[in-house]
Amino acid sequence: MSELQIALICIGAALSIGLAGLGAGIGIGNIGNAACQGLARNPEVQPKLMVFMILGMALAESIAIYGLVVSLILLYANPLMG
Amino acid sequence: MEHPILFISVVLQKLGLPVPHGAVGSNFIEQICAPYMTYTWFVMAFLFFVIKVTIGDLELIPGRGQNFWEVVVGSMDDFFAENMGRELADRYFPMIATFALFITVANLIGLIPGFMSPTASLNTTLALTLIVWITHHIIGFKMHGIGYLKQFAGPIPLLIPLMLPIEVISNLARIISLSVRLFGNIMAKETLLSILFLLAGGFFAPLPILLLGVLVSVVQAMVFVLLTVVYFSQAAEQAH
Repeated sequence: MSELQIALICIGAALSIGLAGLGAGIGIGNIGNAACQGLARNPEVQPKLMVFMILGMALAESIAIYGLVVSLILLYANPLMG
Repeated sequence: MEHPILFISVVLQKLGLPVPHGAVGSNFIEQICAPYMTYTWFVMAFLFFVIKVTIGDLELIPGRGQNFWEVVVGSMDDFFAENMGRELADRYFPMIATFALFITVANLIGLIPGFMSPTASLNTTLALTLIVWITHHIIGFKMHGIGYLKQFAGPIPLLIPLMLPIEVISNLARIISLSVRLFGNIMAKETLLSILFLLAGGFFAPLPILLLGVLVSVVQAMVFVLLTVVYFSQAAEQAH
């Protein structure tokens, strides 16, 4: 395998987790923002809100985890390398 | 992922047992001696003996150990009952609480030098996830009989050809997302720790990540348990 191919695989892996992390970061930031605003308006719902906030964050975060899986597959178990 | 040193693997090598160099061994004894297997057994033994020592004999006036477990078990029970109803929480409390304790201890044990998290291997998390996934279907069929399949059909009969594939795929995606979320977070933590340790371990470079690791470990165990509870209650509720 040539050096160009290795370099392209590395760039692909880094871009996959980088862009996925960018999107997931924006999403988690929005969720935290909304949860803080809701908590400031109505502090009594804190236990209920906490559950929904963590659930939403977990679902947003799983998108970044998919990116991580793709980059790990590209680096360690690439099916195209032969 | 290559760790600098693992105590149990070193002890096993001294005893003459074969410890695999990769993630998984080639024959049966090597597979049993793989680090994630031995550390899973270690976590199970730790939980068993700690609980045996602290609450071996229940007393009417609780001591220190029993007080701690009463708080832990009581708050977990309240949490489950709040999110999936008292009846389901009573029936499935032993299973979900075992998952919670096991995942928390297994995540936290990786922060001690010389130990690794068993949950940093996809095999462990996939096994946990498959148990949860199969159990939530069993709950659904138990509560609704064959009518449980209506949950996958969507609201309008006309739309069944469109909704059925979407619902089935989103249900199967639960296996991937639940297992890979725990695995990815814990493995990222472990990898970051070992890289920082190898780069500048003498200058306490891994120290901030250790602090963050405690947070990540507890939050990921909580997310796993919360999603388990949500899946169970979704499978048990009436189709709309």
